[in-house]
Amino acid sequence: MNERVIATNITKSFRSTKALDAVSFSVNEGELFGFIGPDGAGKSTLFRILTTVMNADSGDALVDGFHLKDEIAIRSRVGYMPGKFSLYPDLSVQENLEFFAKVFGTTVNENYSIIKEIYVQLEPFKDRRAGKLSGGMKQKLALCCALIHKPRVLFLDEPTTGVDPVSRREFWEMLGRLKQSGLTILVSTPYMDEASRCDRVALIQKGKILDIDPPGVITKKFPLHVIAVKSDNMQKLRKDILKVEYAESVYGFGEYLHITMKKENSSTEKIESLLKQQGHQHTEVKLIEAGIEDCFMHLMEHNKN
Amino acid sequence: MKLTGENIIEVENLVKRFGSFTAVDNISFQVKKGEVFGFLGANGAGKTTAIKMLIGLWSPTSGKANVAGFDLFTEANQIRKNIGYMAQRFSLYEDLTVIENIQFYGGIYGLRKNILKERAEELISELGMESFRKELIKNIPLGWKQKLALSVAMIHKPKIVFLDEPTSGVDPITRRQFWDLIYNAAEKGTTVFITTHYMDESEYCDRVSIMVDGRIEALDTPAQLKKQFNAESMDEVFLRLARPTESISK
Repeated sequence: MNERVIATNITKSFRSTKALDAVSFSVNEGELFGFIGPDGAGKSTLFRILTTVMNADSGDALVDGFHLKDEIAIRSRVGYMPGKFSLYPDLSVQENLEFFAKVFGTTVNENYSIIKEIYVQLEPFKDRRAGKLSGGMKQKLALCCALIHKPRVLFLDEPTTGVDPVSRREFWEMLGRLKQSGLTILVSTPYMDEASRCDRVALIQKGKILDIDPPGVITKKFPLHVIAVKSDNMQKLRKDILKVEYAESVYGFGEYLHITMKKENSSTEKIESLLKQQGHQHTEVKLIEAGIEDCFMHLMEHNKN
Repeated sequence: MKLTGENIIEVENLVKRFGSFTAVDNISFQVKKGEVFGFLGANGAGKTTAIKMLIGLWSPTSGKANVAGFDLFTEANQIRKNIGYMAQRFSLYEDLTVIENIQFYGGIYGLRKNILKERAEELISELGMESFRKELIKNIPLGWKQKLALSVAMIHKPKIVFLDEPTSGVDPITRRQFWDLIYNAAEKGTTVFITTHYMDESEYCDRVSIMVDGRIEALDTPAQLKKQFNAESMDEVFLRLARPTESISK
């Protein structure tokens, strides 16, 4: 397999906080690879190190075949879209794009085909100052600027944070199409539900990778049963379920509670009869497959120390 | 949650224009005392503009509104004293300690020294943050910051607390603990007005409104909204409202 990024034991501390703790992984050519984890997990630090914007304390990586110390080689091969808007607000849409092309010694025309699909949506605003664009448009422009030098590896740091669910979905569809062109993409997100859009994901928390696998494999590996429960009185339901001694965890998931329990103890009948006994109406009790969020919470609780 | 039926927010035909652009286009709704009210919408739909009017920061172009018993046009100062607000990225001072932040905000909200002292202790022990009290904010874990930010926004015991995407980027366990705090506040009678991009969280609200292009296009309990739009999930309800053409072609 052709590996585009190989990271080995990358460690970085800020004063007493270990932002990254011996992080190792590899990303294959043409893969859409997700880093899923909350704020403060170390995602941005990792991307900064891999794009040579920041130095690691120890460990190394090969990015498109180059060691981290080969900054210039790496920078021309990667596209990087930081979490914060980092274009020039006083330059127009077109000027920003031309600027980034020029910095990398190319022209907008030369690589236009890569950004065409995204840029057509920006074209009506090409003379507008970047600072005056809407959030969604800024994001599209930032993506164009990160792509204009035809990078071999694309790093997107939390491109969907704070973005509404519909726009998030559209952004991921766009990434799916970029991937079709053979680009290797590393993307970070705090939204667990976005994991399913990736070929493989690394679940990351407090500078440590909890697990790496295709999302479907991670959920299959979940060692417990998950039972989803709802009733007409969710507040009371929660209190009643918390008394179930064979429950490993009880968490709200939208309109349902998810109860996890060891497979040998798991029984929907037992829960159904408990609910009946407690006077719940309109109940629903079903064994379901674990989602990434169930897995993430389980791994968090088992990696506390 | 006991809802008394008394309205704590009443909005009628509220409009906000910026030049020729209408950010909030004639919205009307009521929120009941003690309700957890979800205020949803796509980016740019006008949520933030609406909230900034409701908390008395921006004056509306036209319409009527009463918030926490005060008129939005003539008593905006009174409104600000009776509400709490927590912004997207919480507004604690990183270089002050936990206790200093509490004291600072209590002072801003006009609490008297002896009351503030009492309230600060109460808050720290409720949150179980005794071991952090003299720690700088920048050194405490994110989940704790989030919880502290919410408590600080309510230190003056406001009638309504406005939370603008309070759980954005938070880990899934802390996110759920944060909702426990929201329920606690609501149970004590504080009205919670909240925006979120997590659709599972919209299910935790008593009622939800969805804004599209400056208007409120839907408002009901999550169960009723799903029924009304014949949708499996709130995600689907949201999609149908925010991108009507796409869901028709589906």
